[in-house]
Amino acid sequence: MSVTISPKRLGSEFVKKVKELSGENLQLCYQCGMCSGVCPAASNMDLSPRQVIELARLGMQDEIAESKTVWICASCLACTVNCPRGFDLSKLMEAIRLLTLRKNVDYVKPERIPPEERDDIPQIAMVSGLRKFTG
Amino acid sequence: MSLAYYPGCTLKTKAKSLEEPAIASMEVLGFKLEEITRWNCCGAVHSLADDDLIHQVAPVRNLIRAREQGKNELVTLCSFCFNTLKRANLLMKANAEKRNTINSFMDDEIDYSGEVKVVHLLEVLRDEVGWEALAQKVKLPLRDLKVAPYYGCMLLRPREVAIDSVENPIILRKLLKALGATPVDFPESTRCCGSYQVVSDPGVISAYAWNILSSALSHGAEALVLTCPLCDYDLGQGQKELVKKRAEFRGMPIFYFTQLLALALGLDPQVCHFELNYGNTESLLREKNLLP
Repeated sequence: MSVTISPKRLGSEFVKKVKELSGENLQLCYQCGMCSGVCPAASNMDLSPRQVIELARLGMQDEIAESKTVWICASCLACTVNCPRGFDLSKLMEAIRLLTLRKNVDYVKPERIPPEERDDIPQIAMVSGLRKFTG
Repeated sequence: MSLAYYPGCTLKTKAKSLEEPAIASMEVLGFKLEEITRWNCCGAVHSLADDDLIHQVAPVRNLIRAREQGKNELVTLCSFCFNTLKRANLLMKANAEKRNTINSFMDDEIDYSGEVKVVHLLEVLRDEVGWEALAQKVKLPLRDLKVAPYYGCMLLRPREVAIDSVENPIILRKLLKALGATPVDFPESTRCCGSYQVVSDPGVISAYAWNILSSALSHGAEALVLTCPLCDYDLGQGQKELVKKRAEFRGMPIFYFTQLLALALGLDPQVCHFELNYGNTESLLREKNLLP
């Protein structure tokens, strides 16, 4: 994939917003891939956790939006505790999810969860799932 | 000795088998778990976005309830509640600007700045009861029961809330030893069970469960012990699928740590609600002469 890096892209609203929402310095990451190595969900992801950081700081919003990675992340924080640079990727994942959810676009439609599943799932799963997947 | 206790929503419905044996066991050990009044849902997950203070209000209100009721320490049992309350507490302690905003928003509440210490029951067992003292109270040692300790995520991550070493936790191993069981270490003991992904994609849970359960099995475990109602659900539901799909897999009994505690302390097994467990925990216990 060829990428043109321009000041406009690097200073885009998207880059500013993810920095603001995550409260993290995206430049800390040196792309070692530890996050992808320890992520228990990486094999299900189309973009690896490491790639999400790189694309986010390059302002590649469309590529991230097309990916399911941030929705597959379960905020287990394995990346957070293992990052040698102290970068908290769970906060970047949350920031990217919120950019969608705050436009009132839900990833999960609560009314489509089958009633028997709704009854069966423990409350902490329902509350946390709806907080992560709905706006 | 009385300890202020926050149960959370799941323990009052789906996870009675976590709560009831805990209350009964602590009484035997000389501690009364006293439920704080007017508690509310903690919100289950910590708000990770820097500007999202509104979701800190629910956990902070619970900490205020404890403070109002004269408590300096709040005991939790559910891993999600523990994590959410402890992270909210750290925020209120460390960040003056956010603390002021949250306090001003809740103008009907007393000002709060992180005075209540949030602890998990495992920490009480380790630090206030002590493993040796606990071992002396054991009436039915869980002899020959080979159990893999499973920690999940929320008791150990992030580092600032961890109840034990993030890389090499031993607290459940120590508990199992004190109860006379044989702990079985395995490398997936802190690997995520899939958590709330079960809400968006229930089908994905069995793959997470297989990684964890097959590893525990191959290291010689007969059962798993855990602390979190969501881990219990994901590994339990996940293994139902696995039993259907994989001829070589016959399921793995899953216990809450409080059930094994109560059993070893010689309490009436009815308080443990083994009937609510995934996998056949009761027949395993009968096989080991631990249940009549």
